[in-house]
Amino acid sequence: MAIKLNVNGKAVSADVDGDTPLLWVLRDSLGVLGPKYGCGIGQCGACTVHVDGSPVRSCQVPVEALGKGKVTTIEGIGLSPVGKKVQKAWTDLDVAQCGYCQAGQIMAATALLAANPKPTDDDIDTAMSGNICRCATYVRIRAAIKLASGQSTDKVF
Amino acid sequence: MADGSTTGASRRDFLVGGGASLGLVLSFSLAGSAGAAETAAKLNSYVRIAPDGIVTIINKNPEVGQGIKTMLPMLIAEELDVDWAQVRTQQADGDPATYGRQIAGGSLATPMHWDELRRVGAAGRSMIVAAAAAKWGVSAAECTTALGVVYHKASGRKAGYGTLAALASEQPAPTLSKVTLKDPATYHIIGRPMIQVDTPAIVTGKPLFGIDVTVPGMLFATYEKAPVFGASVASADLAAAKAVKGVTDAFIIEGGTALDGLLPGVAVVATSWWAARKGRERLNIQWADHPTSKQSTASFEAEAVALSKATAPFRPRNDGDVDAALKSAAKTVKAAYSYPFISHANLEPQNCTASWVNGKLEIWAPTQNPEPGRQMVAKTLGIPASDIALHMIRCGGGFGRRLNNDYMVEAAWISRKVGAPVKLLWTREDDMRHDFYRPAGWHFLEAGLDAQGTVTAWKDHFVTPGEKGTPSRSAGMASTEFPALFIPNFRYDLSILESQIPTGPLRAPGSNALSFVMQSFIDELAHEAGADQVAFRLKLLGDQKVVGPPMQGYGAERMRGVLKLVAEKSGWGRAMAPRTGLGVSFHYSHLGYFAEVAEVAVADDGTVKVKKVWVGVDVGRHIINPAGAMNQIQGSVLDGLSGALHQKITIENGATVQSNFNDYPLMRISEAPAVEVHFLLSENSPTGLGEPAMPPAPPALTNAIFAATGVRLRSLPVDTDLLRKA
Ligand code: FES
Ligand code: FES
Repeated sequence: MAIKLNVNGKAVSADVDGDTPLLWVLRDSLGVLGPKYGCGIGQCGACTVHVDGSPVRSCQVPVEALGKGKVTTIEGIGLSPVGKKVQKAWTDLDVAQCGYCQAGQIMAATALLAANPKPTDDDIDTAMSGNICRCATYVRIRAAIKLASGQSTDKVF
Repeated sequence: MADGSTTGASRRDFLVGGGASLGLVLSFSLAGSAGAAETAAKLNSYVRIAPDGIVTIINKNPEVGQGIKTMLPMLIAEELDVDWAQVRTQQADGDPATYGRQIAGGSLATPMHWDELRRVGAAGRSMIVAAAAAKWGVSAAECTTALGVVYHKASGRKAGYGTLAALASEQPAPTLSKVTLKDPATYHIIGRPMIQVDTPAIVTGKPLFGIDVTVPGMLFATYEKAPVFGASVASADLAAAKAVKGVTDAFIIEGGTALDGLLPGVAVVATSWWAARKGRERLNIQWADHPTSKQSTASFEAEAVALSKATAPFRPRNDGDVDAALKSAAKTVKAAYSYPFISHANLEPQNCTASWVNGKLEIWAPTQNPEPGRQMVAKTLGIPASDIALHMIRCGGGFGRRLNNDYMVEAAWISRKVGAPVKLLWTREDDMRHDFYRPAGWHFLEAGLDAQGTVTAWKDHFVTPGEKGTPSRSAGMASTEFPALFIPNFRYDLSILESQIPTGPLRAPGSNALSFVMQSFIDELAHEAGADQVAFRLKLLGDQKVVGPPMQGYGAERMRGVLKLVAEKSGWGRAMAPRTGLGVSFHYSHLGYFAEVAEVAVADDGTVKVKKVWVGVDVGRHIINPAGAMNQIQGSVLDGLSGALHQKITIENGATVQSNFNDYPLMRISEAPAVEVHFLLSENSPTGLGEPAMPPAPPALTNAIFAATGVRLRSLPVDTDLLRKA
């Protein structure tokens, strides 16, 4: 069945069953490949996207549950000023190793900073703990969030 | 370049000497003709220069997050003498005829290519200078270069590389061993922190990874294998799977018996991966009995203890007289250590895309080790390797898992069967249950101390998984493993525990577990001797510069250097609050010298908080890309802590119990301490950083836990129940 959705500001439709997780609609039907599959059970955060600005695990959201919710992915996050700042901090500190988790990390960090412009270390721990980085770039993720929020940070290189 | 169409005058093969000391020879071609279709002139197999001066440099090795696609081109760009801002990098395909061995493994890229690729750059520079000299009718010796421009001072002439490139590509290629290299004092690329070349694509979500590969007409596949490694399919309800909307095919693959090859299973192919998975859920597969279905962690553990009591069949090392030394020791200490199987858990599950067209295959593989994969596919499918084109795709983590190519042969087989391009993607559960695990191991140790607290005797009965008297892959231990050669009476006995669990290299293979055992037991000995942990270790390291054969020996002086450095930086010896402690360790692997100190706090309920880790590093005289180097070191340390705190693969009824991150946890940001890194620049050639920072982390952690609580942890992962306040 054709399901209509709004992804990164564009109206699109996909011919899928309603119970298909948003992640696979994005990736396989719409060719939006930024959100990644890591676990499929809501544990790793690699698939994080925003629905109406809130971070969600797209592997856990059946596409029919979206309703009128507007989806933003890593491909579209740079259009928001906070998202752009986060991407810049991620670049300036070269956070990534393999990079596979980083779309999800950037989406989670952008949601954090949109709600809390000057997060403490504890705030960062709470907001970012759902996102695994197997390469363990956590030192730089923390520093990049500080940088993006205009706070002082340890030198990372 | 592997096509053989370039011959004689335009194709020269050079053997380069620098890598030969490691037993490795890089052979490659320097082909000089600018192709008619190319506007950019090709100086050699690595460098093309466009008329506008944009320099394209090929990265020969797989990128797995170690930063090689940035670092290797930096070596070429430095000696080519161009502005890094002019440089674009491009990933090579699997092409050993042109690029030699292409692998991400062993932290070898730096030692293997440090010399050669700088020479490739220098050769390109000399061709450009020769072109300028010819054009201007001056001597090449009078020309200088800077940032991609050639200058002739006397006549005031200058020309950008782009304007000279076509002429340069017609110059004879110099012999690599004869080119002149720069004075390192003039480096402007090597030693400068460079952002990874793919970073802009990563932060904007561009398709980069194997899982993102898209080929027109592509179908999606899932492949289910037996929980018991290698068991074959007794029956499967293929019709039920095919009845699912979107499923185009479902079939049994008979497969073979080699655990690293094409194993038996059932493939489901569909127009989307989700449909393939839904079909898979209907398969109701019955697996045939298999001889290894009785394997279990519990039986391995019991068997290891039994073996430790029997005479070992192998004695790889026996220095001095251990029995006499133990007898005359002032004090003896005995302990049994063990570590579990662990999984690589790359965040990107194994996957591969293959396209079978008219009897030829094209493969897009996130692999660390392309050529053995191509050879295996050729053999398994019965086609010539020359009919397989192989693209190396950025890997969402390597850690050694992708040195195996099982996913590649599966994708190839499935694509041929359905006659269409297919993207095979494993589920997380497939990935965790079909890994080549870091092998478990057991060490039964005894050592003797004299009245001055010097270690006079050491014996280790190592029980390791293996088959028919040979350790499983990555389950061996060298007879020179530290502290061998540093203790006069030293015995290493070896017993093999019969196992058919698939194992393989995981970041710093061997070292990642052995360091825990050796550095923990040394900690026990220092404690028994009543000595300071750092001072005891310095004494054990002795006063020699190198111990063992020159060139291949253990750089004891380098290790003492990083140990002293990390002790100083961490404030070793300072007073600590109750239930907090510092732990120290060191380990040499992959040509790198690392000493680490961890600071921990242990809560009354046993929860461990790592507060900070300090790292002392000696990997030679240059840190080629400090931005990448720091990231590798910090990540490796946290990886070691993550494994030590959480990870264990358990085997029951011949199968892996764990399946996903809910029962196999990885470290999260809330647990990640600051990691402070200090480099000790020594006169040695630069060496790699993908692995050697990891091994000292687990024992630094457990030694710190001992300092904080008095509880000695002799098996991993950390059991917090043992750490509760009494
Ligand atoms: S893939 Fe969705 S949380 Fe891991
Ligand atoms: S950068 Fe590799 S998983 Fe995060």
